[in-house]
Amino acid sequence: MKEIILIAIAAVFVENFVLSKFLGICPFLGVSKKTSTAVGMGGAIVFVITISSVVTWSVNEYLLKPYELIYLQTIVFILVIAALVQLVETVLKKFMPALYRALGIYLPLITTNCAVLGSALLIAEREYTLLNAVVFGFSSAVGFTLALLLFSGVRERIETNDVPMAFRGLPITLIAAALVSVAFIGFQGLFGI
Amino acid sequence: MVLIPVAIVSGMGLIFGLILSYVSTKFEVKVDDRIEKVREALPGANCGACGFTGCDNYAEAIVNGSEINLCPVGGPDLVTRLSDIMGVEAKTGEKMVARVMCNGSWDKVTIKFDYDGIIDCRSASTMAGGPSSCVYGCVGMGSCKKVCAFDAIIVEDGLARIDEKKCSGCGKCVAECPKMIIKMIPSKSEYSVACSNQEKGAVSRKNCKVACIACKKCVKECPKEAISIIDMHAVIDTSKCDNCGACIKVCPTSAIMKYTGHI
Repeated sequence: MKEIILIAIAAVFVENFVLSKFLGICPFLGVSKKTSTAVGMGGAIVFVITISSVVTWSVNEYLLKPYELIYLQTIVFILVIAALVQLVETVLKKFMPALYRALGIYLPLITTNCAVLGSALLIAEREYTLLNAVVFGFSSAVGFTLALLLFSGVRERIETNDVPMAFRGLPITLIAAALVSVAFIGFQGLFGI
Repeated sequence: MVLIPVAIVSGMGLIFGLILSYVSTKFEVKVDDRIEKVREALPGANCGACGFTGCDNYAEAIVNGSEINLCPVGGPDLVTRLSDIMGVEAKTGEKMVARVMCNGSWDKVTIKFDYDGIIDCRSASTMAGGPSSCVYGCVGMGSCKKVCAFDAIIVEDGLARIDEKKCSGCGKCVAECPKMIIKMIPSKSEYSVACSNQEKGAVSRKNCKVACIACKKCVKECPKEAISIIDMHAVIDTSKCDNCGACIKVCPTSAIMKYTGHI
């Protein structure tokens, strides 16, 4: 139990995908303009990463390892993730068309989102058990959502502020991202992880 | 044993493909096929004259119960086709065209100075009202031509003219003109006073050879009493005018023009 809690906390704060490992920067900058879309994107990411960690773990454990096909990990994981994203897209289009439109191009982009692939590869590399893998996948996605949410709050405030001409748009966004990232360094070494 | 990885990867691809195709038929989103039909009937200019952000959105709005006669580009033909698709009646709107209420090309006005700035009517008119001696007339930098999606405007000798056969009546040029001399006119009305100046007759006569000098000859001549002097120039009320052409014969400055459609 202690191990699971540690994995979860580490994945959310210490090894935050966006702010410590710098994975999935594209949606981090792309979807963080509004809190509502950030929540939607976060939800999609949580769903995809959690399911993909189960599927990729099983594929890795029962298909790749017995046949010594570890070198195929990347391409097989990409296959799994792409199919999952397609599935999520179809389901969202049917049941939540508003969210589907709000996510727009970023939903298909999860296919090539390195946070999703990164979590699958990290799970394989660390040789987690299935339970640990699911917890790790879920909490790293929650960490991603947390970063996205925090940052969208920051960006919404920047929007109403008087930013110097030269910094308007992307420059101030990147500076703010760096500062939020610095804040997360504070979690480094928490519980000796 | 190179076949095992091949089998595994292609097998996974097959399974995922089957699952996805099943899910996509199961969760298929039914789109009203009338949207597609309406969208095809619409001109596809995406000019926004209907009040929606584009033909796609207007097609959706029509199917959801919006008026079908909002598109000025398609005209009466489109309304008949749309009413066939939607099964609703709608009165066809009158075909409107844009008309430049000025005939002051460079040979008719005096050029005050050589304008050497940005080729844009708004920019040129900020400088002493533009290079033309008449500050109410066409600036001739072609801002209207730039916004016209139908290639209906030509600018020659500092005067914009509109090919009314090509004009769809979207009204983009009307909004663009900084001098506000482009007006929407029913295309059936053939005569217009091609002048918008607001100076007294003597001044406007000096500024432009074909200015309306508000002599009121046409006002007296018109059998339908369709002409009145507004802001020091004659204006023809298109709802009363019956295209008799009596006014054009008495105009001393040839400010009244007959528009036959083609330039």
